[in-house]
Amino acid sequence: MSTMGGLSQMKLAVNFLTIGLVILSLPCGSYTEIPPKPPGSVTVLPPVKPAGGPQAFPDAENSNLPVFTMDYARIQVPFEVTLWVLLASFAKIGFHVYHKITFWVPESCLLISIGLIVGAIMHSVHEEPPAVLSYNVFFLFMLPPIVLESGYFMPTRPFFENVGTVLWFAVVGTLWNSIGIGMSLYAVCQIEAFEVQDINLQENMLFAAIISAVDPVAVLSVFEDVSVNEQLYIVVFGECLFNDAVTVVLYNMFIFVADMPVVEPVDVFLGVARFFVVGLGGMGFGVIFGFVASFTTRFTSNVREIEPLFIFMYSYLAYLVAELFSISSIMAIVTCALTMKYYVEENVSQRSCTTIRHVVKMLGTISETLIFFFLGVVTITTEHEWNWGYIMFTLLLALVWRGLGVLVLTQIINPFRTIPFNFKDQFILGYGGLRGAISFALVFTLPDSIGRKKLFLTTTICMIMFTVFIQGISIRPLIEFINVRRTNRNLETINVEIHSRLIEHTIAGVEDLCGQWSHYYWKDKFLKFNNRILRKILIRDNRAESSIVALYKKLELQNAMEILDTVSGDINAGSSIVSLQYVYPLSPSSSCSLSLSLYFALSLILLLSLSLACSPSLSLSLVLSLTLSCSLFYPLLSKGLKSS
Amino acid sequence: MGSTNSTLSKIPNVEELMQETGFTPAHIVRLYDRFEALDKEKTGHLRPQDFGAINRLAMNPIGDRIIGAFFSPGQETVDFHSFVRTLAHFRPVDKKRPKDPSMPEPVNSRTSKLKFAFQLYDQDKDGKISRAELLQVLRSMLEMQVTEEQLESIADRTIQEADLDKDDAISFEEFRKVPPARALRLTYQHGAFAAQGTQNTKTCKVHAHRK
Repeated sequence: MSTMGGLSQMKLAVNFLTIGLVILSLPCGSYTEIPPKPPGSVTVLPPVKPAGGPQAFPDAENSNLPVFTMDYARIQVPFEVTLWVLLASFAKIGFHVYHKITFWVPESCLLISIGLIVGAIMHSVHEEPPAVLSYNVFFLFMLPPIVLESGYFMPTRPFFENVGTVLWFAVVGTLWNSIGIGMSLYAVCQIEAFEVQDINLQENMLFAAIISAVDPVAVLSVFEDVSVNEQLYIVVFGECLFNDAVTVVLYNMFIFVADMPVVEPVDVFLGVARFFVVGLGGMGFGVIFGFVASFTTRFTSNVREIEPLFIFMYSYLAYLVAELFSISSIMAIVTCALTMKYYVEENVSQRSCTTIRHVVKMLGTISETLIFFFLGVVTITTEHEWNWGYIMFTLLLALVWRGLGVLVLTQIINPFRTIPFNFKDQFILGYGGLRGAISFALVFTLPDSIGRKKLFLTTTICMIMFTVFIQGISIRPLIEFINVRRTNRNLETINVEIHSRLIEHTIAGVEDLCGQWSHYYWKDKFLKFNNRILRKILIRDNRAESSIVALYKKLELQNAMEILDTVSGDINAGSSIVSLQYVYPLSPSSSCSLSLSLYFALSLILLLSLSLACSPSLSLSLVLSLTLSCSLFYPLLSKGLKSS
Repeated sequence: MGSTNSTLSKIPNVEELMQETGFTPAHIVRLYDRFEALDKEKTGHLRPQDFGAINRLAMNPIGDRIIGAFFSPGQETVDFHSFVRTLAHFRPVDKKRPKDPSMPEPVNSRTSKLKFAFQLYDQDKDGKISRAELLQVLRSMLEMQVTEEQLESIADRTIQEADLDKDDAISFEEFRKVPPARALRLTYQHGAFAAQGTQNTKTCKVHAHRK
């Protein structure tokens, strides 16, 4: 590895990612059922001898100094990792050329499609893809960045206002879905015509537990671009993050039970107890690490360059410690990010704050891109077992149970909500329950003792494809069609803030008047505790700051940056706080044809180098496919250019 | 329910009150109990000092404004009817209310809630929030945190954002442009104000004293 001195923060993050992947992909090869060879390549070739040039290894007769040597084996794994990441990212650039596509089709679908193509190519030349969706790589490297990103950018006030609803849907909703789907599937299995009678109840329940959990990766990528009202957004958002606890417990429980011949009532009780351990333990670890991180940043005023490091290291540590104890790691990292954000952003310098936000977002996007990409690849390359009855019924039952679940649960919780959900909201809530890569990774690592593992794999993939493609693509037109209440989420004004605070004080006052408490009382109490004790410990310069003042400062800063930008005439430089919140849809400029051809040239080179690492036949097929796709898409692209 | 009926009979014009505000008998009883607990001298009227005796309300940054909202202009005391009428603002919005333009706006509609909030700012009741009034509200909410100049800047920015007709004050129309969900938050969900239709009397004890 090159010297570490003078590296920027970005390189640091990518380096860590790479080192991690290097270390872990070596034993990872054993997870995919291929003969032991390094992932993603052919058997190691003997050192390449440049034709006619001096030998790499000196012979007895010719002992001159070799001028040019090549040692591919040494850099192989990091090299391939980098190339795969670049390939997926190039695909992302390519989508935005014709921006009408990305408006109607969510990026996840496009990425899966590209992955399917690459998977087809790899399959036809009998190559194995890198084991990215295997248990360790996925859960230790791919998932944490995404969850960290969603936890870090979660809007805190709406979240805490709706925390009851979120937990209600996450816990009870997931339980409802799992048990419902599991039981129904078991009933379906009894039908002789489908030939699946060998799947017993435990296996059905296990499978149901895996596929009933709404997936944060898929949901976030779809709901990011679609604007629904704040309440709906936060409930969907929160649900997919916090249902991890239930999934973990159910998964472990059913795996454990599948081995045992007899289930006693004690085990059910223990299961419930375990749920509390998992859920509360996850949150507890998150909060502890959040506080420790905040406390650490209090002392970093002299080492500003490595301030962002603490955020990443502590949140990752929270995740890993939770994984150590098999408690909900997603909840741990989300609560850690939530706790940390408030205090850390007051302690660190402005630059570090910007860096943190940018790197969190970048890592999250990389992970998301790779996950969807490889989801497409492994769809082709895994062995499938197709069974019409089982698969169709799973899809149907999943939809039905989710719909029922949302209806029933909303009826129960609506009276407790200040702003109840109407039927349109409920529809979107049910429809937005997408499944994704987490389910796949869990099914992938089911023990082989489960006979019908391939069937489960196929069903899961069908489920994911169905929800991501069909539900993901149709959700935007549906939202417009049924006219769900929308909020402009980016609207932050002083007026709204002042008004909100006034209302909070008023309600608190009325509560005192009537002599009864509700959650405003607890919020008030917590705020006082926060101001008196927590802030003194965790923040360096403690000045109690109202949210009004904080918002005012932020808005003034943005204004100042905007003024600077217009003066200097450069849109891309300047405050990243602004750019992160207001995504300017950049339409392609007139010099696009040049950049377009440059883009294609680069991707060509990239693909060539990737395939050169693998095999000549692969490279040939890739070149052919790229040329083909270029010629097919050129009319589309030129139309896209003309419309800009 | 026996005690409910007996309490109700003590209140004059209770039917009219329930009709006007939409509270159920159980709610009215609970509010009456609270009213009596506050009215230590049993005069049947509350004076500002009685409100001020509630410690936490006195510490609330806008506590005095809230108390002021109960007193109609010119009146020095609050009787039970005004008490209930003011608190009716905080009832949850009735979704099923038919939109009848001839009937007066019910007390807990979104517009009425906004008006109530508006009046918390607009102490002199001239229909506009002037810069000075805004400054006062900000000062009471932000207390020690900012200097006088910062307060003025914040007030300036607020008026600049909201003021569309450039008269350096925020009228009610401009105030209405607050996003809808925020206004609905002026709802007190607990106990006395639980959604209409749930007749079950929750035994939420009225805390006459608090730590």
